[in-house]
Amino acid sequence: MGNKQTTFTDEQFEAYQDCTFFPRKEILRLHGRYRELAPHLVPLDYTNNPDIKLPLSLLVSMPELKENPFRDRIVQTFSEDGQGDLSFNDFVDMFSALCESSSRELKTRYAFKIYDFNRDNFICKEDLEKTINKLTKGELTPEEVTLVCDKAIEEADLDGDSKLSFADFENMISKAPDFLSTFHVRI
Amino acid sequence: GKGKEGDEESEEEEDKKGAKGKKKGGKKGKDEEEDEEEGGKGDKGATGKKGAKGKGKAKEDDKKKKKKGGGSSSSNSDEEDSMSEGEMAKLMEEVEEKKKLIATIRNKPWRMRRRLTHLRESQQFVDKFEGALGKGKGRKWYAYKVMMKKKWIKFQRDFENFRTACIPWERKIKEVESHFGSSVASYFIFLRWMYGMNLVLFGFTFGLVVIPEVLMGLPYGSIPRKTVPRAEADSAQDYSVLMDFNGYCKYSVLFYGFYNNQRTIGLLQFRLPLSYLMVGIGTFGYSLMVVIRTMAKNADVGGGDGEDGEFTFAWKMFTSWDYLIGNAETADNKYASITTSFKESIVDEQENQKDENIHLRRFLRVLANFMIICSLGGSGYLIYFVVKRSQEFASRDDLSWYEKNELEIIMSLLGLVCPPLFETIAELEEYHPRIALKWQLGRIFALFLGNLYTFLFALFDEVNTKEYYANFTLNSNDTEATPPPMHPSDIIRGPCWETGVGIEFVKLTVSDIQVTYLTILIGDFARAVIVRFLNYCWCWDLEAGFPSYGEFDISGNVLGLVFNQGMIWMGAFYAPGLVGINVLRLLSSMYYQCWAVMATNVPHERVFKASKSNNFYMGLLLLILFLSLLPVVYTIMTLPPSFDCGPFSGKAKMFDVIMETIDLDLPAFLGTLFSYAANPGLIIPARHSAPLPLTQLKRNRNNETTGELRPLSQYQCRPLSQDQCRPLSQYQCRPLSQYQCRPLSQDQCRTQFPDRLSSIWELSSTSFLRKG
Repeated sequence: MGNKQTTFTDEQFEAYQDCTFFPRKEILRLHGRYRELAPHLVPLDYTNNPDIKLPLSLLVSMPELKENPFRDRIVQTFSEDGQGDLSFNDFVDMFSALCESSSRELKTRYAFKIYDFNRDNFICKEDLEKTINKLTKGELTPEEVTLVCDKAIEEADLDGDSKLSFADFENMISKAPDFLSTFHVRI
Repeated sequence: GKGKEGDEESEEEEDKKGAKGKKKGGKKGKDEEEDEEEGGKGDKGATGKKGAKGKGKAKEDDKKKKKKGGGSSSSNSDEEDSMSEGEMAKLMEEVEEKKKLIATIRNKPWRMRRRLTHLRESQQFVDKFEGALGKGKGRKWYAYKVMMKKKWIKFQRDFENFRTACIPWERKIKEVESHFGSSVASYFIFLRWMYGMNLVLFGFTFGLVVIPEVLMGLPYGSIPRKTVPRAEADSAQDYSVLMDFNGYCKYSVLFYGFYNNQRTIGLLQFRLPLSYLMVGIGTFGYSLMVVIRTMAKNADVGGGDGEDGEFTFAWKMFTSWDYLIGNAETADNKYASITTSFKESIVDEQENQKDENIHLRRFLRVLANFMIICSLGGSGYLIYFVVKRSQEFASRDDLSWYEKNELEIIMSLLGLVCPPLFETIAELEEYHPRIALKWQLGRIFALFLGNLYTFLFALFDEVNTKEYYANFTLNSNDTEATPPPMHPSDIIRGPCWETGVGIEFVKLTVSDIQVTYLTILIGDFARAVIVRFLNYCWCWDLEAGFPSYGEFDISGNVLGLVFNQGMIWMGAFYAPGLVGINVLRLLSSMYYQCWAVMATNVPHERVFKASKSNNFYMGLLLLILFLSLLPVVYTIMTLPPSFDCGPFSGKAKMFDVIMETIDLDLPAFLGTLFSYAANPGLIIPARHSAPLPLTQLKRNRNNETTGELRPLSQYQCRPLSQDQCRPLSQYQCRPLSQYQCRPLSQDQCRTQFPDRLSSIWELSSTSFLRKG
């Protein structure tokens, strides 16, 4: 091997390959992307699994995320403490769940977590209002916002509690034709 | 015991940090027996104690295990001697469970750290106890199987790595995606997929037909079919003649007529005619397989049976933002289009009580359809007329450029002019945009199909004219009467209709390529240049108003690709070089169109998908595949091949090659077997059963989706009573099935239909407007 510096051991590569949807080359490239966010913080050699976390502000500056209205929520969902600090493991996890080969169930679960702003395991009216305002950048009048939220709950709520549980969300999303193609980040 | 395990765990941690893999559970495919000997694995968990025993029969195994325990908790394994069959079965079950976990662990919605820990544990468990299960008499086969499986998994992993490294243009597609969103990028992904398929077809054709003929067959100029006739020899090198694919082009490996009908050629006794036929059929077989496989993969992605308007607002909220967007301008556009889309839905919702004049609308729609059928008929007739005219021209020499290329020009023009015409007529119909797009696509499909088949009929019509048979008898008399050897270019040869058909297809393909590229150059590039530079000195804002920058026409381009592929499938049998031309075309298309879209197009203002699943275009491709199979099968089965050109010359029908091979090359009993198998009584059912895998696939998919619909419990589904109705707008009516009922609020009553339950079905059956 000579002077070639190894980033991961073979075992680590295989473990990542089993735990994510990425092949070896992609994992190495992800490490490169993670590192370029903060080259002085993130070491090249990850064979010892160093415990480094990058803050939210750095992660949402990535070109793949910076135009996304939900970027803060995405990063927070995949962080262990919920504040948005991602270790490399969480970083890989995030892009694996959002990648093209990821399964529908996994994406549905994470989508629910992302849109659940107050993290109470329900998408309630306030969550929907926040979603709408992010999507339209505040262009809709408050009456229109209320109307849309009410209609959305009416359409998807099956158990009648005026908020969407995971089962309601899943039922609604499973029939959506565009979900898998739009809920997809390519890195 | 536990303390020791604790030590082992920390030992395990340290081992992980080291580079050596021997002690870790994570490695695959190495000799696990070796590991057992070294005692590298410690006991993990309570089950470890039970399982660390040897197998029932031999006590020596127990002793071996104890010895190899080494520094680990071997003392714990002294107690039990042997395991009963039941325990062994239970252990096997646990091992299988752990293996299943390993296979699906990437689908679990856990944190990465937890996944890695579980993975490591499961792998260690599996490694240890698979080895244990493998010991003992009669278990060698199991151990062997396990080892082969590990090698296979490793091979699959490496192959996956290799395969993803080979996929081209990832960066390019990503750039397009981030600028234009997923729908435009889906065209380029489709293009890349087509390129891959054509590359494989090219490999088959080139490797099994062209190369053998070039290397082992007779060279150019040795026999009449391979030589330019004396009469044409002067002009054979002219550029204009070559551009028409006559001259040297016509007598080259590009076309059917070049191939010799020798049964075997060269040292290796390569059976070229058989290979030609098999490659021709194999092209369709491979394409079919690949298309169906892709459809199966996409079927999981499809959205199931939800209809338009069921979850309008919910879907708009949760699935309208395209996460692939990475460009600020595109994002702004997307925000604007989402806002507009919400406002439109709100207006729709508020206006659904409006009274509609159904009769006027129906009349207009019938009128529009009538006009479109007329134009389709007109275009078909025009093509027939032009083909007949081009056959007249073939006998003349003094042709202007227009007259020579009239057929291709007319076909391309029709393809350019008719779709916008249909769109204009369709404005009479006032459909919802998604439905209107489907009608438009269906009509364009009918147009291209009609044109292509008219073209084919006209072409084959010519083939069957009596002129050719007159020439045939004339020539055969001649050759019998001329004993002295002549130079190949002087020998009179008969007409070669297959090469003629091949030339037509190649010319059509080439002109299609030229028209596409020119359209992009003028329609997009020149337009963008004009808008950009003339804007400084123009009265109105060219960029905001007319003509502004073009948007990328997804459906037009995808359809173009699909129909082009249909032409290739049809023509590849008569012109083996056509597949190579197509590969070059797709390759250059990729770069050219990527550049054009990035440089001259702007993201769409309104975005909606043409269909619910990606399988719409795949289904179209499948249909085109079957339709292009028909002419080729007709040719092989019914038309007699030309008597002195091509690999089947001299035979009564093309598939006689197969009969000949069976008679001469295969052992006798196979011959009788085939003659039984060729009984029509068997073939016809076989042909009918061919669609079975497809239906099976669809059935599987439906089963899966019904499996996804969880049975709704009592609290989630109530039959709708009359006062729980709500006003449904034109686009929202649909029959409600058992799984779609849901509680509706009481004050949303609809006054039009008093008896709601029966009227649901009335609605769906009387109005074709509702169904997509």
